[in-house]
Amino acid sequence: MRRVVEGSYAIADAVRCCSPDVVSVYPITPQTHIVEHLSEFVADGKLDCEYINVESEFSSLSSLIGASVAGARTYTSTTSQGLALMFEVLYNVSGMRLPIVMTTVNRSLSAPLSIWNDQQDSLGVRDSGWIQIYAENVQEAIDLTPMLYKISEDPQILTPSMVCMDGFILTHVYEPVDFLDEEMVREFLPPYRPEHILDPENPKTFGAFADPSWFTEFKYLQYQAMERSREKIAEVTREFEEVFGRGYGGLIDTYAMDDAEIALVTMGSIVGTVKEAIDDLRSEGVKVGLVKIRSYRPFPGDELKRALKDASVIASIEKDISMGYEGALLTDLKGAFYNSSIRTPIIGFAVGLGGRDIGIKHVRAMVERASRVLDAGIESEFEIFDVKPECL
Amino acid sequence: MQESLFAPGHRACAGCGMPTAIKLVLDAAGPNTIVASPTGCLEVTSTPFPESSWRVPWVHSLFENPAAVASGVEVALKRFGKTDTNVLVIGGDGSTFDIGIGAISGMFDRGHRITYVCYDNEAYMNTGVQRSGSTPFCAKTTTTPTGKLSLGNPRPKKDMAAIAVAHGVPYVATASIAYPVDLRRKVKRSLEADGPAYIQINAPCITGWSFEAGDTIEQARLVVETCLLPLCEYVDGVLTDVKKIRRKKPVEEYLKTQGRFKHLFRAEGGAEVVAQLQAMADANAEKYGLID
Ligand SMILES: Cc1ncc(C[n+]2csc(CCOP(=O)(O)OP(=O)(O)O)c2C)c(N)n1
Ligand code: SF4
Ligand SMILES: [Mg+2]
Repeated sequence: MRRVVEGSYAIADAVRCCSPDVVSVYPITPQTHIVEHLSEFVADGKLDCEYINVESEFSSLSSLIGASVAGARTYTSTTSQGLALMFEVLYNVSGMRLPIVMTTVNRSLSAPLSIWNDQQDSLGVRDSGWIQIYAENVQEAIDLTPMLYKISEDPQILTPSMVCMDGFILTHVYEPVDFLDEEMVREFLPPYRPEHILDPENPKTFGAFADPSWFTEFKYLQYQAMERSREKIAEVTREFEEVFGRGYGGLIDTYAMDDAEIALVTMGSIVGTVKEAIDDLRSEGVKVGLVKIRSYRPFPGDELKRALKDASVIASIEKDISMGYEGALLTDLKGAFYNSSIRTPIIGFAVGLGGRDIGIKHVRAMVERASRVLDAGIESEFEIFDVKPECL
Repeated sequence: MQESLFAPGHRACAGCGMPTAIKLVLDAAGPNTIVASPTGCLEVTSTPFPESSWRVPWVHSLFENPAAVASGVEVALKRFGKTDTNVLVIGGDGSTFDIGIGAISGMFDRGHRITYVCYDNEAYMNTGVQRSGSTPFCAKTTTTPTGKLSLGNPRPKKDMAAIAVAHGVPYVATASIAYPVDLRRKVKRSLEADGPAYIQINAPCITGWSFEAGDTIEQARLVVETCLLPLCEYVDGVLTDVKKIRRKKPVEEYLKTQGRFKHLFRAEGGAEVVAQLQAMADANAEKYGLID
């Protein structure tokens, strides 16, 4: 069913279709509308679940640990400060191998206080053991919701995951989207039946502490599960396409890459703007293409090498900075190539911080900068883009 | 005798009061019980992977979130129609009085059917005896050491039971391992409450308090007999029961047996503190009607 709705409403509806047993969410701009719509669904009897009105994001994710260990399919959503408040719990969830799914609305982190979009929040928790997939548009964020439950809950994976979607840009946009059909989702996504739960008939201990003779093995098994998720993400994405008719590639997707000399790499809603800029540039004869990163964790190193091997220059565009170094994506990208024979120059831009608008003209300017590398070599490897001249 | 739901072989110090508290609580709650615990001495001594002392399902997540974890367990059980299973938190005073109090407030406020049990050893023992909000006035801890300018913890113990009562929690009680019949009864009553319950159990820590080996239960009894710790029960916010004290003992009898109060009998100003503690005990006796 195709309808024009607000992004947040569409996400709430996608969550409803996944039949979570327990929902525990705490409001924060620009994620609030998701919380409110879920509350309405529960109040109207449209979503049959236990809904916990928690007192903080820390407790929202903590309560889902209890619910998940008791055998429930669980859902939460947050952004920015809320995600930062969850930091300790995030590692705990993944270490306990609980397949919790979260919509991470992307927003900058204070200070200075800003409610607007960038991706510093989720990039800052990239090492927490959660699968992170970035949505280009509302439709992809909708579709990722059942996909991620299916991936996370697979007994071979048992790893939590986040659908990352840009705050305001996607949560507050009204655009036509295809709603999920509840029955079809039910067929696509089997019920969650975990092997180990809190059960007085068969008492088990969860969250024991591990001394140095065991800790490494826990981390090894967790690492292996995340590695296995690569194939699972690709497989579930294919299955989704078979059932619902919408395809997304796999861990990455590509656009106009066939003969591209200049390759842009980015993720999230900015992909749409970049594609438009590429269309313009292509019509002017500029050989530019795009690799869209869908899965940031697990990081698609092999896929990136394959997709980018023939490019002459690569430029990452990202909405975060790892203070003291450079953009996190840029570092990861360079790392993927280091031990290969590909010696393509790679540069990176931090853009759109704290909600700064990124338009086609900005993308063109970055492409222009990247093309200069072809003639003059790398002048600056990493640049914070679009800074007011008086600060420079 | 029926085997305990808290198995021996745990790593708690010899003479620790906490395992006794846990056994009594589980004995009263029975096997159809799920427990969430925070980080602390109980968790560390009872679950060194791959071993566990828990013969009931048990979950540990973090230091400050067992009330939230238990909230999730309770709603999941409701979802699956298993409402006859008891849900307990069993956690230390540091988790309860300090770092986890926000989550506890949320749990109380939402009215979950959970009995929150605090085993109170009056400091952060797992990390080496640092002060908590439950540490008594002028007790020595590693973060409230005695010195030229200090007689130990400068603040009186936080009244956590009153905080629970103020939340409208239907069942609140203080208990002690020295009074096992009373303790078990209180746990049973708490599980009948239509909503959250809070039970605070005094559980002496031989390492942090430093008293004679073999004196654990005696310590627990003395603090009650001096009226420093009133054993109370509140139902729907009303004080319904107190443990009466037949012969009230002077606080010195309790204080002088513990290393953490030793300085009060040596340092300048100690006598005044003992008098202040005596005044607190007298005020308790009066306020709660501990003496007939
Ligand atoms: C967020 C966080 N801060 C600090 C700690 C370190 N820590 C672990 S247990 C503990 C004290 C526990 O005290 P209490 O709750 O009274 O339990 P006890 O060990 O005394 O039984 C502390 C400070 C931690 N695990 N997590
Ligand atoms: S330190 Fe204290 S509370 Fe911890 S196990 Fe030892 S006696 Fe028990
Ligand atoms: Mg303690």
